[in-house]
Amino acid sequence: MNKNYIYILIMAGVSFLIRALPMTLFRKQIKSKFIQSFLYYVPYVTLSVMTFPAIVNATQSPVSGVAALVVGILAAWFGADLFKTAVACCSVVFLLEWFL
Amino acid sequence: MKTYSIKQNKNAIVQGFRDGIPIGLGYFAVAFSLGIAAKNAGLTPFQAFLTSALCHASAGEYAGFTVIAAAASFLEMTTITLIANARYLLMSCAMSQRIDPQMPFFHRLIMSFFITDELFGIAIARPGYLNPWYSYGAILFASPCWAVGTALGAIAGNLLSLRLVSAFSVALYGMFLAIFIPPARKNKVILGIVVLCFVCSGLASVLPVISAWSEGTRTIILTLVISAGAALLFPRKTDEEVPAHE
Repeated sequence: MNKNYIYILIMAGVSFLIRALPMTLFRKQIKSKFIQSFLYYVPYVTLSVMTFPAIVNATQSPVSGVAALVVGILAAWFGADLFKTAVACCSVVFLLEWFL
Repeated sequence: MKTYSIKQNKNAIVQGFRDGIPIGLGYFAVAFSLGIAAKNAGLTPFQAFLTSALCHASAGEYAGFTVIAAAASFLEMTTITLIANARYLLMSCAMSQRIDPQMPFFHRLIMSFFITDELFGIAIARPGYLNPWYSYGAILFASPCWAVGTALGAIAGNLLSLRLVSAFSVALYGMFLAIFIPPARKNKVILGIVVLCFVCSGLASVLPVISAWSEGTRTIILTLVISAGAALLFPRKTDEEVPAHE
């Protein structure tokens, strides 16, 4: 149980340092094109990797997980914001698992 | 720029608070699903609350919970938190270019603490120097929604029917999709990368040897390799803006 607090402190410390270091240290633009590009792509790659296949295994049945993935992609593609996309994914799972 | 007259600061707080309401409501739903993940990983509702109050990071916290669930090493926790939150480094860089040189230093620290996709997005979308009071207004509503939502998810996750839990548990992924699908639609390179990520991540979860690694390790390795490859093959033009997430 106590070990969880150490995990949480590490998460908090690292999360804060990542956000605070550039704000407090960098006063100029980063020059390296590679690092700039790398940092640019990181969020998309991390989030994509964490979304699939995890979303398929998150639900009671993989069928509704796949449906949530498809509906979420379509909703976001056609301009739904964060909240609407999340609600769309939840709704489709809720409705589908009624029948499954 | 008279950023520091009291009346203007008050207006900025009110404006920020108003813009923070839709963000907070969105946070609440997602945080609830995060709370379920926290509970499944073995955290108490208070620990879930504490994590959200201290970290303000959906993907980062979720990644951290997978580490806790696997009882993995502190080093792995440090690395995965670093990787999952790497985009905040970029946002922080972008924000550092928009700070009034006369602004007292402690504002930089507070603003840094609350960098999220959405709070960054609304702050950077305003013209001129960033007004810390505008951000504080938004934080005032959105941050408690996030922390309380996580705690409630951890508490009520097991009071809800299995079907409801199942439905809520995809909210987080829905939010991830809402972050990376719109840029993928606009940018063919990102679209290609997302497809590649899905394929690689899918394969990594079933291939022998690799599938035995923890989810966190697979995420780190795939992120480093794919992002570095993309940076080498498709370098960004230096003066392109950091995209503001919605």
